[in-house]
Amino acid sequence: MWEYTDKVLDHFRNPRNVGTIADADGVGEVGSMACGDALKLTFKLDKQGRIADVKFQTFGCASAIASSSALTELIKGLTLEQAGKVTNQDIADYLGGLPEQKMHCSVMGREALEVAIANYRTGKTSKKILEGKVVCHCFGVTEDEIVRVVRENRLTTVQQVTNYCKAGGGCGKCQPEIEAIIARIRAEQPPAPPAPSGTAGPHLTTLQKIRLIEETVEKEIRPALKKDDGDIELIDVVDNRVIVALRGMCANCQVAQFTLKDVVEAKLREFVAPDLVVEESPS
Amino acid sequence: MRTVYLDNNATTQPAPEVIEAMLPFFTELWGNPSSMHRFGGQVHHHVETARAQVAALIGAEVSEIVFTGCGTESDNLAIRGTVEVAHTPVNVITSRVEHPAVLEPCRMLKERGVPVIELEVDGKGQINLDDLRLALSRGRAVVSLMWANNETGVVFPIAEAADLVKAAGGIMHTDAIQAVGKLPINVQRVPLDLLSLSGHKLHAPKGIGALYIRRGTRLRPLLLGGHQESGKRGGTENVPYIVGLGRACELAAKTLADETTRVAQLRDRLQAGISNTCSKVRVNGDTEHRLPNTLNISFEYIEGESILYHLSDCGIAASSGSACTSGSLEPSHVIRAMGVPFIAAHGSIRFSLSRYNTTSDIDYVLENLPPIIKKLRAISPFAVP
Repeated sequence: MWEYTDKVLDHFRNPRNVGTIADADGVGEVGSMACGDALKLTFKLDKQGRIADVKFQTFGCASAIASSSALTELIKGLTLEQAGKVTNQDIADYLGGLPEQKMHCSVMGREALEVAIANYRTGKTSKKILEGKVVCHCFGVTEDEIVRVVRENRLTTVQQVTNYCKAGGGCGKCQPEIEAIIARIRAEQPPAPPAPSGTAGPHLTTLQKIRLIEETVEKEIRPALKKDDGDIELIDVVDNRVIVALRGMCANCQVAQFTLKDVVEAKLREFVAPDLVVEESPS
Repeated sequence: MRTVYLDNNATTQPAPEVIEAMLPFFTELWGNPSSMHRFGGQVHHHVETARAQVAALIGAEVSEIVFTGCGTESDNLAIRGTVEVAHTPVNVITSRVEHPAVLEPCRMLKERGVPVIELEVDGKGQINLDDLRLALSRGRAVVSLMWANNETGVVFPIAEAADLVKAAGGIMHTDAIQAVGKLPINVQRVPLDLLSLSGHKLHAPKGIGALYIRRGTRLRPLLLGGHQESGKRGGTENVPYIVGLGRACELAAKTLADETTRVAQLRDRLQAGISNTCSKVRVNGDTEHRLPNTLNISFEYIEGESILYHLSDCGIAASSGSACTSGSLEPSHVIRAMGVPFIAAHGSIRFSLSRYNTTSDIDYVLENLPPIIKKLRAISPFAVP
């Protein structure tokens, strides 16, 4: 079973504000049957422009129902400006936390709210206002949505993005694109404060780091590339940049960029240091 | 609170007779069966008695049974062991709906360059024997097809499949982990080379399995070590659990008739009761060829995990093929392979019974389930037409 908090279970067993408001001021529908969860949110404003009443209907797992219920409790009585600032993390916090793989439930809540507010302001009634380029076609997730969950939750891996908004969790074809989005946003952001737990591992001297990189390339990476008649050469290590050259079949491979990120960088981050960046030698 | 356990395809309650048979092997008879002294040696014949009990349940010869650590090990040993020992390159043929204990070894072999063919299934979860014929025409093959599916209970035409495989000179393995103890199985009548079974699916504890290996079948061991199990599986014998599996197989032979009649009637009562009290349900899988204890049923417009949590609050244990219960984002590979539409795929629930269930258990579920379905449908944004 999932490790749900008592609050999640309470909101699942006794969901607040279930239903639809017939003469709603704003309606937001997100998700779909295919995705495995969907949420319809309706709200009514009072004369001061505050959310006087809000109701939801949800198709989904226990945490999807609980997140929807929590969202309605959170935004009741707020102005739309205030409600618009509610993040998915606020929903998760209200529930005392959600399992990482279930964070997308809280994101669905925030998205439904956004769509409902947009519906009130613009009158658009489309089920989901898809703006910008769709990155994940399996779950219909746009680049904007991915950028937002990555920024707001400081995500660093494709798996986290999948946990938060499902993108990349279907056929997996868009994973390199998600990886690129993460890299772009991380480049914009100041470095995150060091992780509180011991995930970063012991501090390595430069010499130790280079040796560990060599060992990882030898034992973990080269055998994987050899399977496809490829090979790799370690050229240089400059701070956290690892410069390599791909050889053999990899040298002409069109998906070599994915290999660099998904295999080489992922392995080096796992076995050496989480902040390593792999670059291909320009020569 | 009352517990109604309807998740027997996940694991079964160890039979009290099984536990009783095992206990002396923790306290008094703890010697090593390979020892050259009476204290250890006296344990040896208990292991051989258990081997005979397992063999008897499936019509095998005693020497054709190898004990393993679990059903997954049996499947791995059967598939990898026969492919790796083959003189000439072989193909592997399996189906899309196998248990991961079969699919994952096949996919590993594929990565190593072995051609692997996964047979499709139809909407009822059945394979087409013509697809198997076609796959067999591509060359010598190791074939692994499950006797019965763990999620839907669908029973494959294993006897016909085995005939085709043997006629084509191939090797036939079946994962019969869900079938042993629930269906009559006789390897004298079906030309199988290998058959996997698992203790905890038939009222023995977890941590013990067996592989039937027809005499003369060549196979490379996975666990290299001592001479135990005729050199096919190294490692000191897990004597208490082997004895437990033997006793469980002996009991299963006696209760088989009950499984196929009384348990099937309880399952049918559950299926009819749900169909009569809940709207928009669909039974998944080939009901003509199905395990007597399994019901896989979809509740349209609602999601499986929510149903399970509410059932659990009533003390009812079942399982689901929904995405949310697996931690992945997609419904089970079995349900997807059958092409079950999304409105039903996410709301599939598996009830799997055992001989310990009673009519009162089923009536308790029929009393508690309809209000849960009604409540979740009221929350769902998808209008039930």
